[in-house]
Amino acid sequence: MDLALAPLDVQRIRQDFPILSQTVRGRPLVFLDSGASAQKPRQVMDAMRACMETAYANVHRGAYHLSEVATENHEASREAARRFLNAARVEEIILTGGSTSAINLVAHSFGRGMLKPGQRVLVSEMEHHANLVPWQMLRDDGRGIGLGFIRITDAGELDLDSLHAELRKGDVGLVAVTHMSNVLGTVTPAGAIARMAHEHGARVLFDGSQAAVHRRVDVQALDADFYAFTGHKLYGPTGIGVLYAKHELLEAMPPFLGGGDMIETVTLERSTWAAPPARFEAGTPPIIEAAGMKAAIEYVEAIGMEAMEAHERSLVDHAMRVLPEVEGLTLVGSAQDRGGVFSFSLDAAHPHDLSTFVDRRGICIRAGRHCAEPLHERLGLESGSARASFGLYTTHGEIDALAEALREARRFFA
Amino acid sequence: MSDLLELYPPEIRDHARKPRNRRRLECVDATARGDNPLCGDRVEVFLRLEDGRIAEASFLGRGCDVSQASASMLTGAVGGLGSKAALDLSEKVREMARIGTVPDGERFEVLRSLAGAAKFPSRVKCATLAWVTLEAALRGGQEASSE
Ligand SMILES: Cc1ncc(COP(=O)(O)O)c(C=O)c1O
Repeated sequence: MDLALAPLDVQRIRQDFPILSQTVRGRPLVFLDSGASAQKPRQVMDAMRACMETAYANVHRGAYHLSEVATENHEASREAARRFLNAARVEEIILTGGSTSAINLVAHSFGRGMLKPGQRVLVSEMEHHANLVPWQMLRDDGRGIGLGFIRITDAGELDLDSLHAELRKGDVGLVAVTHMSNVLGTVTPAGAIARMAHEHGARVLFDGSQAAVHRRVDVQALDADFYAFTGHKLYGPTGIGVLYAKHELLEAMPPFLGGGDMIETVTLERSTWAAPPARFEAGTPPIIEAAGMKAAIEYVEAIGMEAMEAHERSLVDHAMRVLPEVEGLTLVGSAQDRGGVFSFSLDAAHPHDLSTFVDRRGICIRAGRHCAEPLHERLGLESGSARASFGLYTTHGEIDALAEALREARRFFA
Repeated sequence: MSDLLELYPPEIRDHARKPRNRRRLECVDATARGDNPLCGDRVEVFLRLEDGRIAEASFLGRGCDVSQASASMLTGAVGGLGSKAALDLSEKVREMARIGTVPDGERFEVLRSLAGAAKFPSRVKCATLAWVTLEAALRGGQEASSE
């Protein structure tokens, strides 16, 4: 049977996630914060344990058997990431500490090494700080590289006219935008953005931290120059992520961090750089985490991205029905193309108070500005918002439980 | 439900619903703004001093019930205190919100309702925001943060 075509058996999947069987004050744990970090299936934990129990040594260094096995396994993780993103070559996959370090790598090596004075980087108003602050730092370090902004519409979608107007100024070297907003759930039209950027001679980076968990990503079909995602949101461990970059770019880019493993030759005076990807992976890499991420990728591949997408669509449809029925609730954003992330406010209660209230019912939601302060300012949400985000283990019943708890909260705080 | 009432006892809910002294003072001798950058909570504290004592206190702000109720209670609790006594009180309140033990003293009749925050570690900074802002104002600073 083709697993990818089978409907998602959520109850069976939930059994893979030990933490989900917890109860909180006698009620089942309802975890609706997967957008911040997802829970881990046993398969990921087992792979990390097996790495340590049976095949652990430093990689790329030892000439003994165990190190060779560890190196092979580590490279297999890179290959899993290549397959996951459908990159053309495995050398185009840099293993990083997460999305944040992937984007900082690009800001440093591409931004400082390849952008020219007078050029600008464009980001949108709905970026996570991880895809904003590194570009502000680049702008401020005196190289003459500017920063511009792509507006969003009131519905919370990327304003393509605004992107076009900025591109037409002719000085854009890089468009760096999210592929899916961690606040609004908006999925951005990455293919169209890449086409527009390329028509104007700009490169394009996608922050796929959220999107890669919810949609099948094909970096070749998108024609992405850079694509970043992070392991812990994909049911993998913390401390590992991926930067995809086109080989021609990596070859031309100077290193980010200096240290072991990224050099070709070293004398006391100078060093020459190793070829990519090693050039961008100074130091001992996250070996155990890479084993975990590989297992996570294999886990979602076995379920099938299409089945996950279908499940998510049904969750989104359900949430779109159930949440607006809660009196006093306002959803933030109304994008046409959206994933399973819902931010909202309730008239009677501040997001923080809401989060504490529903927590007492075992429901975990996020409250605050979700590392997207400018977006909250843009939307007039100075007090932040509450956010529920779904994973492949999320059920319709959990969304119902949230809606019920919000009704109770409204009575409590009224 | 019962433990929720520790964070939201009637006094907190009353002050959150009907904040006292929620305005800007006409004559301000000391003021500061406190922010919690993570959640966007904000409290501005305004003080009028007479002979080195706090003659009048008020606040403006936005945020959760706990942060706003705490600010409202603060404006009532610091009246008549000299700068040193106000700083002492503030430190005691912050300690109380952190560990949950209520100190002696008549000013804690009302302020004791902030002690419940101790059971909600992520909410302690909501209870203390107004107080770190008061301290900044008294020390001549302009900005404070509860992070
Ligand atoms: C859209 C987006 N970008 C970037 C990040 C940063 O990921 P990490 O903290 O794993 O580096 C996150 C998650 O926090 C995110 O949601």
